[in-house]
Amino acid sequence: MRSPDRPLSPHLQVYRWQLTSVLSILHRAAGIVLGTGTILLVWWLVAAASGPEAFEGVENFLGSWLGLLLLFSWTVSLFYHLSNGIRHLVWDTGHALDLKSTYLGGWMVVAATAVLTLAAWVIGISRWVS
Amino acid sequence: MRSPLGRAIGLGSAKEGLDHWWAQRITAVALVPLSLWFISAVVGLVGADLETVQNWMSLPLPAILLILLLIATFYHLSLGLQVVIEDYVHTDFAKLGFVVVIRLLCFGIAVAGIFAVVSIAVGGTS
Repeated sequence: MRSPDRPLSPHLQVYRWQLTSVLSILHRAAGIVLGTGTILLVWWLVAAASGPEAFEGVENFLGSWLGLLLLFSWTVSLFYHLSNGIRHLVWDTGHALDLKSTYLGGWMVVAATAVLTLAAWVIGISRWVS
Repeated sequence: MRSPLGRAIGLGSAKEGLDHWWAQRITAVALVPLSLWFISAVVGLVGADLETVQNWMSLPLPAILLILLLIATFYHLSLGLQVVIEDYVHTDFAKLGFVVVIRLLCFGIAVAGIFAVVSIAVGGTS
């Protein structure tokens, strides 16, 4: 396809990093992480339906370092995609689209992701230990 | 010689773009409570043995919510991945191929998950 003479969409690498663009990229990245995470979810469900041996296999994998790392990235991605998804739904109603609100909302999303991830893991680990 | 209309026809999203947009939003709205419920349920199941997990999944509410979660998740996922493919894959054939593969995988994995929940819920526990 011939390159058009009209202005092209902005190239990522010529712009200074900004919260808004970084969060936008992360939203998609988190969505892709969650997509691969769904395989883990369905594996867990199918194993629970298959019996003790299959279930033990999943539990052992999830308890390994790789499993825990995947679970952690899945939780971060879920809380991020969820919070930022709500931000997107607000935008879809036509609200909070000015520069100040997009930054405020962006930082709220970052804070919510951190707090929810921390809460889930603190409660999860305390249940695991007890 | 082609008219401006002839060149534009079939290229835009004026036919089905809105359906895609709406389905993405409706599944997103459904996934807000469903995923919050799911993660709190899973945190509650940390360290649980198979019997506990199966007993939990055979209760009506968790089973129904899990199936709804699977439907909304995989519908939302197939729509989202489709947009990613459409943005980054630039040949029509590969684009179509990837979108078809993603659709089929999403449907297939969703059915596997739903079947697992149903088989536990209706008492097929081994």
